Amino acid sequence: MGTGELTGFLAGLCVAVLPMLAAGFWLGRRTARQRSLGGLGTPVEHATFETLHTASLAAPPLRAGLTEETARKSARRLRTLLGTDALCLTDDQAVLAWDGVGEHHRAEITERLLGPLETGRGEAFRLKCDEPDCPLRWAVVAPLTVDDRVHGALVACAPGESAVLVRAAGEVARWVSVQLELADLDRSRTRLIEAEIKALRAQISPHFIFNSLAVIASFVRTDPERARELLLEFADFTRYSFRRHGDFTTLADELHAIDHYLALVRARFGERLSVTLQIAPEVLPVALPFLCLQPLVENAVKHGLEGKAVTAGGKSHISITAQDAGAEALVVIEDDGVGMDPALLRRILAGEGSPSGGIGLCNVDERLRQVYGDDHGLVIETAVGAGMKITARLPKYQPGVHSGGRLPRE
Amino acid sequence: MNENYVVPAVALVVVATILVGAFGLRISRTTSDFYVASRTVGPRLNAAAISGEYLSAASFLGIAGLVLVQGPDMLWYPVGYTAGYLVLLLFVAAPLRRSGAYTLPDFAEARLASPAVRRLAGAFVVGVGWLYLLPQLQGAGLTLAVLTDAPDWLGGVIVAAVVVATVAAGGMRSITFVQAFQYWLKLTALLVPALFLVLAWQGDGAPRHAFDEPATFREQRVVRVDDSLDLKLDRPLDVTASGTIDGRRYQDQRVSLSAGTHRVERGTRLTFTEGDAVPVADRGSNGGMSTSLAAGREERPLYATYGLILATFLGTMGLPHVVVRFYTSPHGVAARRTTVVVLALIGAFYLLPPLYGALGRLYAPELTLSGDADAAVLLLPERMIGGLGGDLLGALVAGGAFAAFLSTASGLTMAVAGVLTQDVLPSRGVRQFRFATGLAMVVPLAVSALAGGLPVADAVGLAFAVSASSFCPLLVLGIWWHRLTPPGAAAGMLVGGGSALVAVAATMAGYPGGGPLHALLAWPALWSVPLGFLTMVLVSLATPGKVPAGTSAILARFHLPEALAGGQAHGAATEIEAGADSWRRVRTRGNG
Repeated sequence: MGTGELTGFLAGLCVAVLPMLAAGFWLGRRTARQRSLGGLGTPVEHATFETLHTASLAAPPLRAGLTEETARKSARRLRTLLGTDALCLTDDQAVLAWDGVGEHHRAEITERLLGPLETGRGEAFRLKCDEPDCPLRWAVVAPLTVDDRVHGALVACAPGESAVLVRAAGEVARWVSVQLELADLDRSRTRLIEAEIKALRAQISPHFIFNSLAVIASFVRTDPERARELLLEFADFTRYSFRRHGDFTTLADELHAIDHYLALVRARFGERLSVTLQIAPEVLPVALPFLCLQPLVENAVKHGLEGKAVTAGGKSHISITAQDAGAEALVVIEDDGVGMDPALLRRILAGEGSPSGGIGLCNVDERLRQVYGDDHGLVIETAVGAGMKITARLPKYQPGVHSGGRLPRE
Repeated sequence: MNENYVVPAVALVVVATILVGAFGLRISRTTSDFYVASRTVGPRLNAAAISGEYLSAASFLGIAGLVLVQGPDMLWYPVGYTAGYLVLLLFVAAPLRRSGAYTLPDFAEARLASPAVRRLAGAFVVGVGWLYLLPQLQGAGLTLAVLTDAPDWLGGVIVAAVVVATVAAGGMRSITFVQAFQYWLKLTALLVPALFLVLAWQGDGAPRHAFDEPATFREQRVVRVDDSLDLKLDRPLDVTASGTIDGRRYQDQRVSLSAGTHRVERGTRLTFTEGDAVPVADRGSNGGMSTSLAAGREERPLYATYGLILATFLGTMGLPHVVVRFYTSPHGVAARRTTVVVLALIGAFYLLPPLYGALGRLYAPELTLSGDADAAVLLLPERMIGGLGGDLLGALVAGGAFAAFLSTASGLTMAVAGVLTQDVLPSRGVRQFRFATGLAMVVPLAVSALAGGLPVADAVGLAFAVSASSFCPLLVLGIWWHRLTPPGAAAGMLVGGGSALVAVAATMAGYPGGGPLHALLAWPALWSVPLGFLTMVLVSLATPGKVPAGTSAILARFHLPEALAGGQAHGAATEIEAGADSWRRVRTRGNG
């Protein structure tokens, strides 16, 4: 009995320690974040720290632009900064958020805003109030300007007229303006990245279209049935690559596109090209950037056949594997072709290579990094004459990545 | 039991698992087989894989033992284990698949866009995974100890070593095939002996025995008491004993025990004669799956039953190794179909363990005394059939039991290791995953070594309770309620899951000896699940400003079929595709 109780107790202890550790870890992180101001320095320095800290707390919401929610979040901090009884943030039409007492002045402030918003100059005025115990008698309006355009205003209300408050409100308004400018910059940077992704969207190579049509033409008389099959493959492939919706697809769909592509390529090269596939069915639903494996296969076909004289009957072998590796899918595309000088490859991936060489590789690498982060770029193993092995690691889940809703065909 | 057959059978199962895992997909195909090579996993295969991963030691051995010892009340266990998938089917399966999440932390992030909630969910996944791994390892130790003379810890170490080696070496590449294979293996291992056992039972004149009568010995039998216990006798009993009873030593002497409670020390051998009623044993704790620390069940049977039902019904959806498998389905509808097939497969399987339990009560009633009730499934073939046939069938059952430990343990280890690599350990990479695999297994192995006498059924039930109180609210509210906020979700998981975990720990430490409080803590689901839901709802309502932006779009994606969700915004594209499809049909007709 005694040992049974003891072991039971030990087991309970082990189970109990687990959540406690987790909770402790969490609490520790919370408090560590908050306790950033210590008892350092003189009172003046301490006050400076306090001010800077409050300012830094007010900044993050503003970096998302001036909306009702961000105004509400930052107004509280800004009022602590100014030490007034009430503070409100407005856009160019109405009050967005009011922090502090005397919210009945909202309408009056909205009315009085027009002047300062028009001129872009600050103003201080006396408030009309019927309530005897309302402490707000004066209001200071400081406009918020971004790129010389007035976006809104910061209004601080106080019991009496004070030059200090006017000055302070002006400074805080200027600081808020800078934050809004940064928000603008953030937005344009996001737009730039989006545009870049759109521009990077892989395009089907014109050479491929010419070559495919030429091959199909060569079959039209000799083997019309084959020509028809190939035209349909061509149609399927172009339909996939020209589709407009969604930036992402599933691995199953991408592999089907690769199949269509390979059918056309094999029509051209016949026996010289052999391909083996090894695909784990578990990873077929993985979402990935649209057309990001086909360029790699195209690259493998080109490198594999390059330098192998037709007369010598040079054959090339390409293998495509997709493996299940826990939370990631591992896609490997390997050819036994001429390979490449690693130094040249490095230059190509850095974006300064010859346009003919590996524009596809560079493009895919960049898109993978954009979507999954820098540690998910392509891994390429190659040397001159030693073939090339390209490995891509695709996370099964990544926030914001989901296929455009097309069903993989079963 | 004859070791000559058992050891090869277990070895065969281990080797077959490794081979299917490593080579199931090593068949390369040329492009002409493209459609074969890139075929998605169908509902039937995926359902077999889910069932294979789900049916653990507690199902394979534990349920028969529970029915043997405690009677038909325990049928709620298989019912609950199965019905959990009904809840999963109705509320979670398809939207979860459409969310694109691979693990539960992924779901938390996809729905709430909050890294903090993601980390919290990760911590709970690791906790539930470890709680669930514990009984697998202990069950393996028990099985090996019953079948051979191996020490208690050896079975667990073997399972842990095999799982870590295959998972860390990347040997579980074709995990779907491995798990599907394990399901059919487990079903065969129970079904074939069951057929022979039923035949033997009929050959015996099909004896019947009501469950509410005490079981009786059908022949003279010697019972060795491995752990000291209190015998409760309703009427006087004559027994031949050698050992210590009530502090007096006996040596092969006939003893007349009066009605009442008698203390039997460990190592005592009792010889019962034919027709004797099997006395009721009362013991503090033991290593079996079928006796429970939460003995409060007798005190509040109704409350305990409801607690069990709630935990198993709602806990299944939060089991980390089950959730990952739904990612393999190509789309939401397939996920739903898969769940329906899982219900059928698991339902079929769970018909068998109660049968073993009932037969065990007839033919091996002394197992309730010796504390090895979980071994009923393993011992019955030898007991009822005997000879070479019995040995072979026993070996088959033992192989199936090991398949149960291996499949559930490897699935759990992969799930826990995945979360550890992604959310807990710093950098990413293959080596990190290997390290995480080791870590995922070492902790439960160490706990099971430290606490050898932990009741296994409890550990499973508690894992379900924690999962039901933390992940069930997250999944159900996350999918069906648009006002859920990250602080609400975090608070609900902490309060619901945390309180269940504390109750679990208190029960295991044996804190409140008995009474209503003990029953409350031993079956926490009944109050901790509503508590989790309530906290999540209230905190979410209190923080309306924190509803993540884009919630409506996310919920629309969860609930609309993929084709519709894609076609809605891109009507033109769908039209062209439809045209192309009819084109394709013409082509097939032309070929035919």
